[in-house]
Amino acid sequence: MPSSKTREVSISALLLAVTLVCVAAVLLITVYLMWAGLPAISEIGLGNFLLGKEWASTSSNPKFGILPFILTSVYGTFGAILIGVPIGIGAAVFLSKIAKGPVKRILTSAIDILAGIPSVIYGLIGMLTLVPGIRKLFGLPDGASLLAAIIVLAVMILPSIIKLSAVALDSVPKEYEEASLALGSTPMEAYLHVSIPAARSGIIASIVLGIGRAIGEAMAIMMVSGNVANMPSLFGSVRFLTTAIASEMSYSSGLQRQALFSIALVLFAFIMIVNALLHLILKKGKKHE
Amino acid sequence: MGMSIVLAGGAKEKASVSTDGSTSMEKVIGALGEAFMNQNPGIKFTYNPTGSGSGISAVKEGRCDIGLSSRALNDSEIAEGLNQTVLAYDGISIVVNNSNPVTGLSIEQLALIFTGKIANWKEVGGNDQTIVVIGREAGSGTRDGFETITGTKESCLYRQELTSTGDVIASISQNPAAIGYASLSSVKDTVKTLKVDGVIPSEQSIADETYKIQRPFIMVTSNARTLSPSAQAFFDFAMSAGTESIISNAGAVDAK
Amino acid sequence: MNRRQAAGICSRILVLASATIVIAILAFIICEVVGRGAGSLTWQLISTTPSYLNGTIGILPDIANTIYLLLFSLVLALPIGVISAIYLTEYAHPGKIESCIEFAIETLSGIPSIIYGLVGMLVFCQLFNFKTSLAAGACTLAIMNIPTVIRTVQESLKTVPQSYREGALALGSGKGHTIWTVVLPNAIDGIMSGCILSAGRVTSESAALLFTAGFAHSLVPLSEALSSPGASLSVALYVYAKEQGEFGVAFAIAIMLLIITFLINLAAMMIAKAKKKQI
Repeated sequence: MPSSKTREVSISALLLAVTLVCVAAVLLITVYLMWAGLPAISEIGLGNFLLGKEWASTSSNPKFGILPFILTSVYGTFGAILIGVPIGIGAAVFLSKIAKGPVKRILTSAIDILAGIPSVIYGLIGMLTLVPGIRKLFGLPDGASLLAAIIVLAVMILPSIIKLSAVALDSVPKEYEEASLALGSTPMEAYLHVSIPAARSGIIASIVLGIGRAIGEAMAIMMVSGNVANMPSLFGSVRFLTTAIASEMSYSSGLQRQALFSIALVLFAFIMIVNALLHLILKKGKKHE
Repeated sequence: MGMSIVLAGGAKEKASVSTDGSTSMEKVIGALGEAFMNQNPGIKFTYNPTGSGSGISAVKEGRCDIGLSSRALNDSEIAEGLNQTVLAYDGISIVVNNSNPVTGLSIEQLALIFTGKIANWKEVGGNDQTIVVIGREAGSGTRDGFETITGTKESCLYRQELTSTGDVIASISQNPAAIGYASLSSVKDTVKTLKVDGVIPSEQSIADETYKIQRPFIMVTSNARTLSPSAQAFFDFAMSAGTESIISNAGAVDAK
Repeated sequence: MNRRQAAGICSRILVLASATIVIAILAFIICEVVGRGAGSLTWQLISTTPSYLNGTIGILPDIANTIYLLLFSLVLALPIGVISAIYLTEYAHPGKIESCIEFAIETLSGIPSIIYGLVGMLVFCQLFNFKTSLAAGACTLAIMNIPTVIRTVQESLKTVPQSYREGALALGSGKGHTIWTVVLPNAIDGIMSGCILSAGRVTSESAALLFTAGFAHSLVPLSEALSSPGASLSVALYVYAKEQGEFGVAFAIAIMLLIITFLINLAAMMIAKAKKKQI
């Protein structure tokens, strides 16, 4: 019947229109960031902006070099991955292959709860326990440092690394491990030499996701890292791309404000690259299956 | 889209006063706002603690009715059509950790410490510890006041740059070697206040200007926009004679 | 003991240690928060508004603001998310538009919350002229949560057996009618999961709200809520800890947030269990 067919088509079109909200949102975000961020970059000069070592946004002779922030974000993320990935994969192996029954349930719940804890709580505990702890442990004048931020970030990305790696390990066909055992390996050796390599695309995906989270975190690390625009040093007070935006945004004006949007644009570009990487890895992983 | 029109229209019609700016003024403005609302139940008063620089931009861009700043406007801001009315005077306390044995410093010593030329507490009579210099973010009125009076503008070396007076106090209370500046009205007994050139900051020493490190709390309005009746009512209330006790209870010195 | 056995024992220990570290971290967080916050979690704190004249702190406005944000953002995100999920599972054919939409959803879920806050400020506070308000905050949060809702509802729709749809169609029902009366009711668990996960995100989000909803602490009734600025519990925690140094209050709020996180987790688990029983 023509009327019900047109009704079906119009329902379909309506639903599509609503679904396109997502596409519109992404376009809006990209367009706005570019519109807000490009003017400052063109005025400051791309080279000066990305590679300049000095950020002095409110001085009488303002400098807008964001290399300190870029390097701090990179080192911070790298440090968080260095600590988080081994612990994460180890816990994932335990969760997926060794834990049984109540232990498995408790561990799964613990990881889910950790994943849901608001970042400000991590920042709060970091501020009052980790920062004085680092100060006393290393005999530093002040514990608010890159190290504190790295530890907080590592803890925050652990849950997602564990969850995704565990899922990847779960989906390794049992025959692989059984074949390894049949050839005389211990269970642990089977997990290390057979399961992990077989699950590598899922594990790498979890790491890339962790990288994305670490680069994008702002609140928690703002509470523990000291917030001065220095070139990164492990025990020094540092500012990340995210905290650079957050600390100056509320009172900025003019070129300084536009420069902050440019930082956001750079951050966005980083995230897009990381997401594209994730997409490629997952696609490659699907091809293998 | 329709919702935004309804919302925007609705917001304009409600009787409200929005203020935005200095975090140092929080106690004073908060107390004034609360007293104002108690006297005028139909008007809603809001205060957004974002920092002096932010408050000035907010009133300039029309995002709030009255901007709050803990430093005087500079020439370019006045040229952009902004007015300042002094509400009160506030001392900038120099604070250290409660465990620090030092009791006072001179302005010259402060300048040397904050620019990094004196790096250890033992050089000024304290323990053998590296001095941890804590300051405010670049748009802070408190920072501007301190750096102007000590002559250290753009040459301070901070270990941490925090975004509010309360944060500075909290950080110093946790680090035995820290020193920083904070609004007198916010200082609690969690930190120790130093004498500057032998004078301890108090209502008296600020009023007779023997305590040198002080700055005005100002309300900023824009020439481009007349204040709404509610905003004007708050403005007049704040400047009226009856608010003296509120202001001094909040720790500042009334300007009238 | 030879090298192989030693390596085996080593790796077992390391793997066990990793799992223990995870549990230890959670235990540490809970102990710290409860230990430092229990003393400040009084009835007065939860049920009053802050007063400068009396020098007291109360987080009732923040609790109210969090509830308002939850309500408004879910009202926006749920319909859009459910409709999009329905379109993607029931109507869409693989093609350019579909991959475009999938790419958009993946991108949206990866964007850091501070960028959402920034763009939210530009778009909702300035362009749409919401000013700093709960409305701007709710809109920003809604966009952040739409991908989550889409994913959970999609998962749930996929588990509805194709035979249900074919049966309904065979009986003469149109496609839209089938979805509304047969498919959707069986996918309620997905919608509820999406709801709960979004609720979790709303309560724990802070960076996206700082510049969009502000941090005012006044108690407003529902009718005015959309147009007023307000701090949610997470934002309030940040402000009390970082800007006022009121650590007791901050930890008390942290206790409340932990309880909310725990309850959300419990709810999600119960939904998953109910779904398993159903199958």
